Amino acid sequence: MVTLNDYLLVSGLLFALGFAGVMMRRNLIVIFMGLEMMLNAANLSLVAFSRFNGIDGLPNYSGQMLVFFIITVAAAEVAVGLAIIVALFRARQTCHVEDITKLKY
Amino acid sequence: MSPILFWIFSLFMLGFGAAVIVNKNPVASALSLVVSFLGLAALYIGLSAYFIGIVQVLVYAGAVMVLFLFIIMLLDLKAEKSRKLNWVAFLGGGALTLAFVGVLAKVLANYPAGKEVVTALVPGENPITDDVRMVGLKLFSEYNFPFQVVGVLVLVAAVGVVVLSKRELK
Repeated sequence: MVTLNDYLLVSGLLFALGFAGVMMRRNLIVIFMGLEMMLNAANLSLVAFSRFNGIDGLPNYSGQMLVFFIITVAAAEVAVGLAIIVALFRARQTCHVEDITKLKY
Repeated sequence: MSPILFWIFSLFMLGFGAAVIVNKNPVASALSLVVSFLGLAALYIGLSAYFIGIVQVLVYAGAVMVLFLFIIMLLDLKAEKSRKLNWVAFLGGGALTLAFVGVLAKVLANYPAGKEVVTALVPGENPITDDVRMVGLKLFSEYNFPFQVVGVLVLVAAVGVVVLSKRELK
């Protein structure tokens, strides 16, 4: 029997992996992938809560609606973020965060 | 979902998630992330959230990761040269991550196991179409306004990407 705790544990570990990627890696693209992993960890716990806290035998679909909106907004965020990375790469010829230390364009 | 399948897909997802942050080559990282998201979609389907599982495969494993790979190819990123390791960032990030896992373990140890998972949607019908029908009903009645706002947001993002990608930024 898989309990809600197991899903929360897996989701928390996925979040920790994404967080470690953001903190430890110095490549902008990989940092962005870590952000996506953290968003997906939140989605997993939302879907798990939605299934385990049913109302009248139906899952709580409000949680899944939130997941749907998170996925949509994350897709838009990825498009904008990657466009910014491409513009940065054109200006600096690098996507290593330690080479980008000035705010001035 | 049977516990064996749950743990197989969880280990699958976490293993390839670890490969994302360990790999030196960004292309290998992106492909590992695709496999990790497929494992996550399997977990969603195990939770009987068929619609979210399918959207996860289509949007994340499909569109978003293809966009990542496309940008990696466009920037022509090679595997990172081994630089001098930034020990402050490495140790600080590792300590924060371990602290997070410690807090997680402490919270989950005292957390109630949760109710039984809801298995039947509408009895006697096809669970997949039922799930999609319930999501659609909720989305277009109660969440109709946020849905339209998200449409505007996606339009703004598309316009913003075109503006950012123009050659002359100034």
